[in-house]
Amino acid sequence: MTIKTSDLPLKERLQKELGNPQMRKAIANAQDLLNGKREAAFEELGDFEQWRETAGTIRSHVLENLDYYLTQFADKASAAGAQVYFAEDASQAAGYGLEILQKRKAVKAVKSKSMVTEEIGLNEMLEEAGIEVIETDLGEYLLQIDDHDKPSHIVVPALHKNRDHFRRVLAEKKGYKGDNVPENMTRFVRQLIRKEFLEADVGITGCNFAVAETGTVTLVTNEGNGRFVTTAPKTQVVFLGMERIVPTFAELDIIFSMLARSAVGAKLTSYMSLMTGPKAPEDKDGPEELHIIIVDNGRSRVLESDFREVLRCIRCGTCMLECPAYRHISGHGYGTLYPGPLGLALVPVLAGYDDYKEITKICSLCGACNEVCPVKIPLYEFIFEHRRIIAEEGNLTPAGEKILMGRYGDVIGSSALYGLATKAARFSSFAPKVGPLKQWSIDRDLPKIPKTRFRDWFAARKKNGGVK
Amino acid sequence: MKTVSFFSTCLTDTVLPDVSRDSVLLLEKLGCRVVFNPKQTCCGQPLANSGFQQKAKKAMELQMEALLEDEADYVVCPSGSCTLQVKEYPNFFEDQPDLLEKAERLSEKIYELTDFIVNILQQTDLSASLKAKAAYHPSCHMTRLLDVKEPPLALLKQVAGLELVDFKGQDKCCGFGGTFSVKLGPLSGAMAAEKVENIREAGAEYLIGADAGCLMNLQGVIERRGYPIKVRHIAQVLMAS
Ligand code: SF4
Repeated sequence: MTIKTSDLPLKERLQKELGNPQMRKAIANAQDLLNGKREAAFEELGDFEQWRETAGTIRSHVLENLDYYLTQFADKASAAGAQVYFAEDASQAAGYGLEILQKRKAVKAVKSKSMVTEEIGLNEMLEEAGIEVIETDLGEYLLQIDDHDKPSHIVVPALHKNRDHFRRVLAEKKGYKGDNVPENMTRFVRQLIRKEFLEADVGITGCNFAVAETGTVTLVTNEGNGRFVTTAPKTQVVFLGMERIVPTFAELDIIFSMLARSAVGAKLTSYMSLMTGPKAPEDKDGPEELHIIIVDNGRSRVLESDFREVLRCIRCGTCMLECPAYRHISGHGYGTLYPGPLGLALVPVLAGYDDYKEITKICSLCGACNEVCPVKIPLYEFIFEHRRIIAEEGNLTPAGEKILMGRYGDVIGSSALYGLATKAARFSSFAPKVGPLKQWSIDRDLPKIPKTRFRDWFAARKKNGGVK
Repeated sequence: MKTVSFFSTCLTDTVLPDVSRDSVLLLEKLGCRVVFNPKQTCCGQPLANSGFQQKAKKAMELQMEALLEDEADYVVCPSGSCTLQVKEYPNFFEDQPDLLEKAERLSEKIYELTDFIVNILQQTDLSASLKAKAAYHPSCHMTRLLDVKEPPLALLKQVAGLELVDFKGQDKCCGFGGTFSVKLGPLSGAMAAEKVENIREAGAEYLIGADAGCLMNLQGVIERRGYPIKVRHIAQVLMAS
């Protein structure tokens, strides 16, 4: 997979998702459940505003000094025995990864959930080269055996499907005979995956945050699969999004406190794996080789743009859980790997307006995301600014829309034209069949336009001496 | 006596004139002198939110002229969303000093109706009455961005006979979003439909809000589905007796 996850045009994509009641119910339930848990977790932490101010400042500071921290991290990680690569784009990053695996004649790799590897299309490249890749995060595993369905959320990838569905998939693909109780299905999958861990030649992971001071890469998971991926195979390949760095463990502590609470409403995740270099002679387990591939893939462009602060993102997925539009269309409606408010703010600048200007429409500007982002990214303002760039710069807006908006601007920019236009506002009888109002009236009635405007009433009253 | 320049907004001027009428009558009842400058049109939000900021600026300049011309003590608007837009005018004129000064002056003068009544006029009991079970929709721009949360509730609590019911997803967006509602109609409609179903489930006979756009949106669904829920702007409720 890459950043683009669908070739359907926006409206068709939305129609498809809106027509999937099972998904909509699953997402709505998940939103309500997880949002409640998150609120409770932050309540217990104390002053949310202060916490996110601090977390945001930490992230912003790192972005401002990214060169420094990246160099420090690479030096320290190398000193600890890791091999650090820097990849400019997706194909370079995935290419490095493939090279490492091929050199070790790997036939099987186990993976822990990672968005950046999805972003660079790693699985596809490895599979094409004949290497079997097994996702070990339960959600990702289920999607993988479900004919490579795509994740619909960045933390909870199978958010759009329910347990009955997965019981069927497990029965069909893996011969599962049990019921739909999550614990039982998990136990079944656990046994299947255990074998893979022991057989795999290489472990592949992402990295939640790298610690510059020590050259440490970290991974938080709730299932323990990350721990297994990073300890069993002899070779370890870590993909790190270029901006995902913190200066020291003190900042890591704060960021992880925010991440666990935001993502799943927990104080901590069940597992936190910290790796500094490969296995030392005295260590009992761990990889003999540790490779770290730092991925740019558009991040430098974001860093230099007015949207730099979107790189503060800690990938908690909270903005998606709060988004009322995401609620009805899931991540799939966006057609991008990074959906929801984060996707709208990030993807057009990470991967370009040409392919991603349309997604900036999927927002009613309700502002809910701004209130919950744990690192205070001004998502609302970024979406607003993207729309301005699309409308006003370059050749990004269809001529028809420009003309329509230009006319509207002329009308409301002139008292006289407005007077004429609204006096003649008797369009309600034909409007539903033509133009943009057709979209409105698919599910809703249009209001009946009254004969007298407010201003006519006011003027008449004034004339009749009705004003005190 | 306080003089108020009334900013009707294009929507209540043309589609829901009763909302503006009741807002004016209410302000007068509370002792204000209300002027309406007929040069006013629309705050420009539909254009700005679609990205057409330059095109919106002409309308913004016109509203500045119209709403400052009468030198009223305050400007009052019966929509949280349009009030927010006007409050943000200074952001659009940062490099035009003379217009920036006007934008700032207007931005300081404008109040959303309920905010004005509660915090400037310092009144909450307007001796209104409505014997009904009602759901209040806190519109997004008004509550989240303009930060006017309590005033409408403080006013509604004093309405004799009115029972406010909470409902599921109360603080979620109704899906209006201005041009969003026509650009992505089916998605917007789905958001509105969920809201309406929740309001209905709570057994509300009335739906009350302080933003005509959201109300028009929700009313569209209510009518399409034939539900017997009556939709009212808060000004209409406060004028009911
Ligand atoms: S933008 Fe903010 S809320 Fe959304 S995923 Fe990133 S950190 Fe979380």
